[in-house]
Amino acid sequence: MAVQNNGIREHWYDGILDALKIYIPGNSTFRTMRARNARTGTLFILPFIIGFLVFMCRPLVESFIFSFNDVTLVPGQGYAQSFVGINNFKHALLVDPEYNEYLLEEVGQMIINTIATLVISFVVAVILNQDFKGRTLCRAIFFLPVILSSGVLPGIEHQNEFYDMMSGMAEAMEGSSGVNISEALQQLLSVSGVGNQVFEVVFTMIDSIYDIVMASGIQIIVFLSGLQSISPSLYEAADVEGCSAWESFWKITFPMVSPLLLVNCIYTIIDFFMKNDNKVMELIYQVTYQDFKFGISAAMSWMYFGIALAFIGISSFIITKAVKSYE
Amino acid sequence: MSKNNTVFIGKNKSFWDRNRRSEGYLLQRRTKQICISIVRALLMFGLCFMIIQPMLIRFSTAFMEEKDLYDSTIVLVPRHLTTENFQHVFNLTGFPTSMVNTLWISLVVSVLQVISCTFVAYGFARFEFPLKKFWFACVVLLIIVPPTTIQTSLYMSFANFDIFGIFKALTGGPINLRTSMLPYALMSLTCMGLKNGLYIYMLRQYFKNVPDSLEEAARVDGCSTLRTFTQIMLPDAMPTIASCFLFSFVWQWTDLFYSRNFLSTYKLYSVELSSIVSRMSRYFSADASVAVVVPVGRQQQLISIGVLICCIPLIILYCFTQKTFVQSLAMTGSKE
Repeated sequence: MAVQNNGIREHWYDGILDALKIYIPGNSTFRTMRARNARTGTLFILPFIIGFLVFMCRPLVESFIFSFNDVTLVPGQGYAQSFVGINNFKHALLVDPEYNEYLLEEVGQMIINTIATLVISFVVAVILNQDFKGRTLCRAIFFLPVILSSGVLPGIEHQNEFYDMMSGMAEAMEGSSGVNISEALQQLLSVSGVGNQVFEVVFTMIDSIYDIVMASGIQIIVFLSGLQSISPSLYEAADVEGCSAWESFWKITFPMVSPLLLVNCIYTIIDFFMKNDNKVMELIYQVTYQDFKFGISAAMSWMYFGIALAFIGISSFIITKAVKSYE
Repeated sequence: MSKNNTVFIGKNKSFWDRNRRSEGYLLQRRTKQICISIVRALLMFGLCFMIIQPMLIRFSTAFMEEKDLYDSTIVLVPRHLTTENFQHVFNLTGFPTSMVNTLWISLVVSVLQVISCTFVAYGFARFEFPLKKFWFACVVLLIIVPPTTIQTSLYMSFANFDIFGIFKALTGGPINLRTSMLPYALMSLTCMGLKNGLYIYMLRQYFKNVPDSLEEAARVDGCSTLRTFTQIMLPDAMPTIASCFLFSFVWQWTDLFYSRNFLSTYKLYSVELSSIVSRMSRYFSADASVAVVVPVGRQQQLISIGVLICCIPLIILYCFTQKTFVQSLAMTGSKE
């Protein structure tokens, strides 16, 4: 009965033993209130358990096996596979001309985008938390991208050369006075002797601000709700003690909201990795359904998933460390 | 911060009078406030405009004739108004049918998903059962696994569906379930649809914050668990459930991944839209066997009309339900 006392488990398998007692009749635990409640609870999540085992666990294991096999379709019988070791991974990384490049590109883009999304959504949330006219309208508009940039829509928008053409025409109309802002800034900075490499990152951010704002609808709302849960009396107290707005931002607002940083960071990374206009996703889809190389596509997507997991792990490690230091 | 903390010194004193009394502090403060609000207004306007502008451009180009597209003197207002473009897009995407299909499939799927997710979320929030942490870790896994990882295997298993060889024994071969909606309906019913992990997470957060005493009171009065759930918990949870439903509906509406993989026999708008370019060259040639090259500008115009048609129902929906969307999401995020 070590399990019930204080809820401390003595062995790792105690949980499983406990589970057996709860689900199989014929012992003293089975008829207790606790066991009955546990059974009801299990009944509630039963759909999930079934779904997870059938539609998630099995395919996951299967595709993991696929990634080490050469899979071919056999008409009428399904598919045949033969073990090839890590050749699929080798093929994806060394032979496929695009996978490597796309992967690096997406990861780099992801790091920049995640940081930029977090910063922008935080700033916007702070602004939206202030009192001004048209705040409700602004909120509605900032949340609109959640709808407008889902599914097919961003992918199609991306290939929109038409808008480039339009803006090109507008520039041509204005003659030589049409200056690209980021280019001009770049020139200015390089003249003043600042390292180009560092600023390139910033310029990519500026250039992709549209994508970033379109991807930060949910993050803004999450930050905003965090900001609204801060009690106003804290600010009042700080004000009375002679704290400036700037100080109270860093001493009150930021530490109070920083736990949400982790949620948003993870959400942003996942969102970015799963976007439809992601080049790697497109490549995987193409390899699967146009080339019918199931083994290679499985290897590709497993590597992709591994990288995503690694990034989520790293970022949550960093953020929990950083947030802890505030406490 | 925006609170006016100035000491009250008299109703009829002018601003400058009060400023003199405060030794210039009032003026300084007021200037600061005005500056901040101007910067804020500019920033907000800029960002909002950036979000809306593509839609506006789409809207204006939608009514242009083809020659207007290449006329550099026309920027926003079309000179030759026409609705003929819409007709082309309707034909290209199989408009009424594909839209109706999308509508009812999105409805069915999101209702199924929300029902099952609500049950599961309640189970996670309110019951102690063995391996709870493990199962919840599975929910998190569900959120972070990219669907591409499992698509091959799912595709295969649905194309050759069989449970422990039962069908093989009965009909002499596995059955292809990809031709019906059944696989996806099953997946929705078992919380494996699009972003369902997220809905479970949201609803669980909500249920966790409802005070225990409500259920305890019900139990003392002899209410069964299921009845407590349906008659006490559900009515209060409606706003959150509604927002999950809306998310589910909207994301299903525009979804490409699951539609392409599991619902390929239905003409869905999102799928039709994604392949609109490849069908254009056939459509615009005089006889169907010869392909013509459609100019890029024209292509993009038609695509943007397609996107517009896809978005308009969603935007209308959003206008009416904006509060539900934002509020319950805000509630979920705050109690991390």
